[in-house]
Amino acid sequence: MKRILVGIKRVVDYNVRVRVKPDGSGVVTDGVKMSINPFDEIALEEALRIRERGGAEEIVVATIGPQDTQQQLRTALAMGADRALLVEHATPVEPLDVARVFLKLIEREQPFLVILGKQAIDDDNNQTGQMLAALWNRPQATFASRVELADGKATVTREVDAGLEVLEVDLPAVLTTDLRLNEPRYVKLPEIMKAKKKPLETIPLASLGVEPRQRVKPVRYEPPPQRQKGVMVKSAQELVEALKKKGLVA
Amino acid sequence: MSKVLIVAEHDGTTLNASTAKCVSCAHALAGAEITILVCAADASAVAAQAARLQHVARVVKVENPANEHLVAAVLAPQIAALAGAYSHVFGPSTTFGKDLMPRIAALLGTAQVSDIMAIESATRFRRPIYAGNVITTVEVEADGPIVGTVRTASFEAAPEGGTAAVESADVNVDLPAHTRFVSVSAAKSGRPDLQTARRVISGGRALGSAENFSLLYRLADKLGAAVGASRAAVDAGYAPNDLQVGQTGKIIAPDLYIAIGISGAIQHLTGIKDARTIVAINKDPEAPIFEVADYGLVGDLFEVLPELEKLL
Repeated sequence: MKRILVGIKRVVDYNVRVRVKPDGSGVVTDGVKMSINPFDEIALEEALRIRERGGAEEIVVATIGPQDTQQQLRTALAMGADRALLVEHATPVEPLDVARVFLKLIEREQPFLVILGKQAIDDDNNQTGQMLAALWNRPQATFASRVELADGKATVTREVDAGLEVLEVDLPAVLTTDLRLNEPRYVKLPEIMKAKKKPLETIPLASLGVEPRQRVKPVRYEPPPQRQKGVMVKSAQELVEALKKKGLVA
Repeated sequence: MSKVLIVAEHDGTTLNASTAKCVSCAHALAGAEITILVCAADASAVAAQAARLQHVARVVKVENPANEHLVAAVLAPQIAALAGAYSHVFGPSTTFGKDLMPRIAALLGTAQVSDIMAIESATRFRRPIYAGNVITTVEVEADGPIVGTVRTASFEAAPEGGTAAVESADVNVDLPAHTRFVSVSAAKSGRPDLQTARRVISGGRALGSAENFSLLYRLADKLGAAVGASRAAVDAGYAPNDLQVGQTGKIIAPDLYIAIGISGAIQHLTGIKDARTIVAINKDPEAPIFEVADYGLVGDLFEVLPELEKLL
């Protein structure tokens, strides 16, 4: 079976303005809207399009988290994934251990392609895909904005600081998605109903033989320093005079 | 004492400015002994530039035809083979470093700290999360060297004036053939580099078209400024992806940032909050960009831009 494995992370929704708890012990997440990490939605959309073009037969989505994470997996199933795996664990798992868990899932599912978001918008780590590719000893093509599959290879256009880089990688491989790879589809109501019947398997993390450990321990959270609100000028002339006075333009 | 290995970013001939910023970050570790590693097909020119940076004790060259293009899957095993002798392995938080460093960390079985913005001790670092809306301080208990990417906007480049010794290292590891460089399309604009420019002018969706972006380029050339763009402008095809400023684009710290027709989504603001002076020009007086601007001007950019061009 030609299978794609897609990683899903449950994160505070993109539109929520996050706040630090008054005692600096963390970020307020109680009662806050949670969603699929936007880069992971792009990963799933890419997998769906590959399947729709006949390039894959099955799409498996997987996440690590508490039972609540089922909501995001159901959304992924409603978008069109065939099966979902919930690797159950109550506390946050760091990228290296996430990569170790996904390596176990790869051994089980034998995908020809693994697609992950390039970063999660909560921790902004941007590590898991690269770590997984290293542990798997397979290619990585990160920050993908275009993917073409043919003859057991992927040709991937990557968004890099210099512009666009193209890599050719042998499959299986790990891809991580950038924003412009695609625009994820909206979920329609009948699909949400159908998704309730799709298989969702819970796997206790401990059963995979991975023992997560916290290596990067947060000791304090704080809001960033705020910029002072400046002045409003009334014309281009006034603006240029102000910039000249500060020596910012000649 | 910390022994820091910094992975140099370069294009084969020129050392990227991000490397000198990593040196400043490493230098903030008490008593750090800093080594710069240059992986290339022919590393001599880049190694000579690295050796001139202050605070650098040593430059190590790893030369191999396979290192002609910097491919993470090829570089990582070579760097991991050398990393064991160091307490820290740093690279820049550019697309080069973001791609490469986690692969090294995983080969070493160790954790990575991404986007280091300040060093509090050899094991304690500050970094932004949630698109820079939260700053967290982390204590690292690594299983090997501490791998980190350095948020370049948080550090000044280390000055020149050093005279580090340059040596070569032989690395005998199997290099994968499964990942092949095909091409890179780098737009050659002749303008200053967005990540190091002292002045930056950025445009948003309000520019309305790729043609209208030329208004911005003209003003930028008059000011000797680099040009940037919001995500919305890049998504709309008005500007290429390498101009994007923000959480998922470039994080910059120019002396002067002029935002034109940019409303100021938090994801954009995270990319510019280290700018010394921010100027915002926008039609909407309620635009969030005005909350962070040192100078704000409410107006139609198609009227303001020609005026600015005349006045500057």
